[in-house]
Amino acid sequence: MILANIVGTVVATRKDERLVGSKLLVVQPINPKGRPKGNQFVAVDTVDAGFGETVLIVTGSSARMAADLKDRPVDAAIVGIVDSIEVED
Amino acid sequence: MQLARIIGNVVATRKDASLHGHKLLVLEPLTPERKPTGNLLVAVDSVGAGVGEEVFFVRGREASFPFLPDQVSADASVIGIVDYWSFDRASLSVPRRQGR
Repeated sequence: MILANIVGTVVATRKDERLVGSKLLVVQPINPKGRPKGNQFVAVDTVDAGFGETVLIVTGSSARMAADLKDRPVDAAIVGIVDSIEVED
Repeated sequence: MQLARIIGNVVATRKDASLHGHKLLVLEPLTPERKPTGNLLVAVDSVGAGVGEEVFFVRGREASFPFLPDQVSADASVIGIVDYWSFDRASLSVPRRQGR
């Protein structure tokens, strides 16, 4: 999994019908020390996350194991809102 | 699978139900020479590993396998704590230098 900050939202009225009702958020991956790392991408929210929060993201086909996403065409899902990160230096 | 050192952990109270009760560890992938390589990542623990230990982890769909039949939403999981490893240094590929 990777950590990321929520930086935006995506609205798409015309989309695959299995994505109807899914909340799509733009996320910026960060390294566990907090610095932005890598490209932004779109992930499905399953935990009611909001703008500015740091979240945990699952990518790949395991994203479909998150709540309610079994048959949806998703490859990235937000599966947790981070309370704290501890990393030794 | 890849070798890594556990350098921290993540606490997330609000998360997918399938992750409740699972420890989330911050991993630093290592080369066999113990040099950090690649990006830090977060992985689910399946073997009781802790900060400071050297482990190996699996990525992708298979990361959810240690927890079957529970369907855990994970794309990286720690599946072994390393006692030791050995390797033949001469067999490691040498990065190509420019101009050679």
